[in-house]
Amino acid sequence: MRVRRLAAWTALPLAVTLGLAACGSGGDGGSGGNGSSAVSIQIAEPKHLVPTNTTETSGSQVLAGLFSPLVDYDAQNKPYEVAAQSITSSDNKVWTIKLKDGFTFHNGEKVTSQNYINAWNYGAYAPNGQDTNPFFDKIEGYADLQGKAPKAKELSGLKKVDDSTFTVTLSAPYIDFKTTLGYNAFFPLPDAAFSAPGVLKDGYEQAPIGQGPFKMKGTWQHDSKIDVERYDAYPGEKPKVKNIEFRIYQQLSAAYADVQADNLDVLPTIPTESMSTAQSDLGDRYQTSPMSSFQFLAFPTYDKDYSNPDVRKAISMAIDRDEITKSVFKGSQQPARSFVSPILPGYRDDTTGKAGEFNPTEAKKLYQAAGGPAKIVISYNGDGGHKDWVDATVNQLKANLGVDAVGVAEPKFADLLTKVENKTPVGAFRMGWVMDYPTMEDYLGPLYSTNGSSNYYGYSNPEFDKLVKEGSAAKTQDEAIAKYQQAEDILAKDMPVIPLRFGQNVFGHSSKVKNVEMDLFQRVNLVKIEAAS
Amino acid sequence: MFRYILRRLLQMVLAFFGTTLIVYALTFAGQGDPIQALAGERPVTPAQRAYLTEKYHLDATGVGGFFYRYFDYVKNLLQGNLGESLTGRSIGEILEQAWPVTVQLALIALAVAIIFGVTAGVLAGIRRASIFDNSTLVLTLLVLGIPTIVLAPLAQYFLGVKWAIFPPTAGSDPTFYALLLPGIVLGSLSLATALRLTRASVAENLRADYVRTARSKGLVKRRIVVVHVLRNSLIPVVTFLGVELGNLMSGAIITEGVFNIPGVGFNLFRGIRTEDGPLVVGIVSVLVVVYLVSNLVVDVLYAVLDPRIRYE
Repeated sequence: MRVRRLAAWTALPLAVTLGLAACGSGGDGGSGGNGSSAVSIQIAEPKHLVPTNTTETSGSQVLAGLFSPLVDYDAQNKPYEVAAQSITSSDNKVWTIKLKDGFTFHNGEKVTSQNYINAWNYGAYAPNGQDTNPFFDKIEGYADLQGKAPKAKELSGLKKVDDSTFTVTLSAPYIDFKTTLGYNAFFPLPDAAFSAPGVLKDGYEQAPIGQGPFKMKGTWQHDSKIDVERYDAYPGEKPKVKNIEFRIYQQLSAAYADVQADNLDVLPTIPTESMSTAQSDLGDRYQTSPMSSFQFLAFPTYDKDYSNPDVRKAISMAIDRDEITKSVFKGSQQPARSFVSPILPGYRDDTTGKAGEFNPTEAKKLYQAAGGPAKIVISYNGDGGHKDWVDATVNQLKANLGVDAVGVAEPKFADLLTKVENKTPVGAFRMGWVMDYPTMEDYLGPLYSTNGSSNYYGYSNPEFDKLVKEGSAAKTQDEAIAKYQQAEDILAKDMPVIPLRFGQNVFGHSSKVKNVEMDLFQRVNLVKIEAAS
Repeated sequence: MFRYILRRLLQMVLAFFGTTLIVYALTFAGQGDPIQALAGERPVTPAQRAYLTEKYHLDATGVGGFFYRYFDYVKNLLQGNLGESLTGRSIGEILEQAWPVTVQLALIALAVAIIFGVTAGVLAGIRRASIFDNSTLVLTLLVLGIPTIVLAPLAQYFLGVKWAIFPPTAGSDPTFYALLLPGIVLGSLSLATALRLTRASVAENLRADYVRTARSKGLVKRRIVVVHVLRNSLIPVVTFLGVELGNLMSGAIITEGVFNIPGVGFNLFRGIRTEDGPLVVGIVSVLVVVYLVSNLVVDVLYAVLDPRIRYE
């Protein structure tokens, strides 16, 4: 008897396993994608899918399918109208936005100017805690919506003219306003998204209703996937594929294994550790395209060790950027010798001039003359795959400047920023920037102006601030770019940061799709992608 | 027996509060700036900061603030509310979705360990010093020596990508077949241990007095091995596997990550990586319960398997 009982104990888990397995084999999803026509695209679990609360790439990729922006960017990265008929202004302060006819939300609602106004008010109202809140700061009345108990609930600068027209009054003239409208913060929200005026409906983001080329199929299946299908009433350019599955991966390496085995169709970012083998693994399915990321080395300019611009220039001259991009990054990034990304209108090569050239002898002379510190520390976040290039840089500094140099890893970028904000000495530190919209101002403003949101290095030059301000208040694009370029020349003189590298999209796709294009924001172009056969 | 279980249950309550307190303290003590961590490399706006600070009571600082948050958390926990992660999802819901797939994976791993580990262990125990015994020794040493973080990607690359025998990742809502490879990888470690344990135990019991007696009574060898030796040899193995099941249930962070299985370990990993304190504490609290229960079950199993053990 007891023998049988023992057998039962060991058999039990087996029986349960088989039972569960039987449940599991019922649904065929996730893996494979064979047979079904859905094109699968890798994303990470998005944080949010509310347009005004989405700033990361994964969420933005999904929203790019569900919504259609007011403007998109052409090959020269100049804005052209998509959901808007026209966006005009005579003084760059009061902008009139006319919407194109024929756009409807996926639930059938007609898109009106009120939908835009509602969405923007929601995003700008501070108590809603929306991530894109600062994107509305140029609109008149923004300040009244900030703080714990704001004075107003609606931006005074937004005025509805009729169902297809509204005006936006800015607090100051801003030449690039039209360009900023391509960002997902400026998408409209349907009435169905709100349970009461200004209150987003619970669960809206589980199945966002937009006015874009694709609509949700089912709801957001957390940690697993988001399915969308073509929205046939979409009046713009029709997508070539009917279904898209945004498949959620925790680790890029898992997605990379899938794309090699044709189990996943598009991997927008090849993981760093596979970069060296990716070209041979994927063959012509390995591709690169320009994007906006910019990696640089920042200095605590308030620290007397680094306050002399000549010290920073000498360090810059002692770094062989070409060598590092070639040996560490296998050509997946480009050496940077300017302060803004090469994809921008107004970009010029080598604005850093002599300071960007690799010249160890000159560097050493300059460094000693300027009295640079005997030990250079480079801090970086240890979770981002930065160790290799920091080590290479440190070695170059040691060899070329004859000083002691060391790389120090902080566990996370947040830890690094906390230290920098508290002015704990961390030495030089790595920073990166990805633009929100293609203007020089999106680099110059946040990174280098005195009150810039990402100016963690205390750089302040009134002359520079003035030029950026004048640029954004300029009458014409050309005039604006001229001012921005003058501002960039000041940076070259002051060298508050050392430009290191410009990024590229390095992506792979399966043999089942073709025409895979990536935009500047690391998103797959969902309208262009096609099934291969 | 009943009184024993009751006493153990009462101890479990204490253990539960103790462990959650420690986990809670450690998780939030190690955090630099959870709000910045949430935002990643982007600057945090004052509006966002104020909103999150209030939502997660991060404004109450010091020891008082800590206990305020802890008791607030425990109060919700006792009402069955695990709270919300920093991205605003219900942790209860996350676990509800993550658990079934982790359980499936754990059971596959366990089945692999039992079927192959115990069988091979018995064979190796009977034929001590044979080629089979020696080759399993080498193989198990090899498996025990290779950490999962190496084994899992290797298995994925060769069996999934190169030879395409298995799908390289399981994904959400996986089929049994897609879970098989991760299950084998996960189970291989328990398999090796189970094999060594069974072998040692069988080899030892084969020399026991009762086996000699049985043999001299003229019993056939198969009956001696299956009925007498195997039953007595399985006691340590079953104990080990019982504890192992608890281990496997807590999610395999590495295996689930490599094979993209959205289970408990997958979520725990994300929670740790994004410094999502509430998510980590929520998952770990539930894991504490899983461990406590599986330990209790193993202890009770002792008495079931071995009549000499009595609990008062």
